[in-house]
Amino acid sequence: MENGLLEVRALACVRGDRQLFSDLSFSLQAGALLHVHGPNGSGKTTLLRAIAGLVLQERGEILWNGTSSGKEKDAFNRELLYLGHHYGLKLELTGYENLKVFANLSGAEISEHEVEAALRRFGLAHCVELPVKVLSQGQKRRVALARLLLQSSKLWILDEPFVALDAAAVELLLEVIKTHVANGGMVILTTHQAVAVEVGSVQHLHLGQ
Amino acid sequence: MRDLTLAMRHRSDVLTTVFFFIIVVSLFPLGVGPEAQLLKEMAAGVVWVAALLASMLSLTRLFADDYHDGTLEQLLLVPQPLSLIVLGKVLAHWIISGLPLVLMSPLLGLQFGLEGDALLMLMLTLLIGTPVLSLLGAIGAALTLGLRGGGVLVSLLVLPLYIPVLIFGAGAVTANAMGMGAEGHLSLMGAILLLALVLAPWASAAALRISVE
Repeated sequence: MENGLLEVRALACVRGDRQLFSDLSFSLQAGALLHVHGPNGSGKTTLLRAIAGLVLQERGEILWNGTSSGKEKDAFNRELLYLGHHYGLKLELTGYENLKVFANLSGAEISEHEVEAALRRFGLAHCVELPVKVLSQGQKRRVALARLLLQSSKLWILDEPFVALDAAAVELLLEVIKTHVANGGMVILTTHQAVAVEVGSVQHLHLGQ
Repeated sequence: MRDLTLAMRHRSDVLTTVFFFIIVVSLFPLGVGPEAQLLKEMAAGVVWVAALLASMLSLTRLFADDYHDGTLEQLLLVPQPLSLIVLGKVLAHWIISGLPLVLMSPLLGLQFGLEGDALLMLMLTLLIGTPVLSLLGAIGAALTLGLRGGGVLVSLLVLPLYIPVLIFGAGAVTANAMGMGAEGHLSLMGAILLLALVLAPWASAAALRISVE
């Protein structure tokens, strides 16, 4: 199905004994960006993880193209790229190997050249051969973000993607996000940084009020 | 697969398991004394118990590293059945921790004065049995993921499940030594292996989903 559409209906999530949010509904069209706001502990990460299918919601539905994302898990996961607080990188492997593993798992055919190009775009040309454990926080984040360029997922869920990045990298990431949205992709992100995320149509969602 | 490359970079971990196995098994002849007949009777049991403990040792690591660096989250989001991925990880775990034990076992059997035929049988039972240990262990490792003191809990959960494998594994060697034929034991172990092969990845996958949440 070409026209991606994410719909969240009456979503409620509980963490421990605390009700984080309830009766949350919104929908996201192709070519739109959702910026989730809220203070610490307001449930931003939980919301993002719930949409990705990592946390089971208490009530409500998450629909992808009209079908429940939980039922059509494989189809949904193919369109999904989730980057959380953890980078999901293996410290013993090089950046190149890490990206290759993800590409293989997602079933995409990616050439050596493309992986190197993605790393170079994020300014990591000189550390292709280094294991990730010797890289700095920002560089690790860059390696994780390089996946955005390699997988043709429609929906990006980015939890605090700007953390640990320097100004140049923030600019670059914004540009990558803009291109993705302009090409009909969808982005859901949270950030505490004062980053001007201005692309096509930006929706704002405020949690914890 | 990826886990194997990782294991090669963590070579010391693999060696720890193998050496643990060797040392535990070697302690028995030293402790019990050089009575050939007694040693021969104990051999299968000792080697098997040591194999259980050795595989236990590496179990907690099976999913823990992936859990801590966030790779596990990503694995849950891959457009492939999670049980298949679990099976792949278990296979890698077995190649790293089970297969070396199988290969070492004839050498250790020699310490107990086992002869050609019995050595072969010991190796065969371990070959069928150790994959079961990895498969069952995966369930325990998945369930205790992220818990404090998970290592001890894994032992408590998984060791009772290992008992049938232990009984039939050690039993096969003894039965063979007494000339009764071990086909019965072996086919039962084969059945356990098949059952575990079908059910364990599925159960571990379900447990992983709960643990990650």
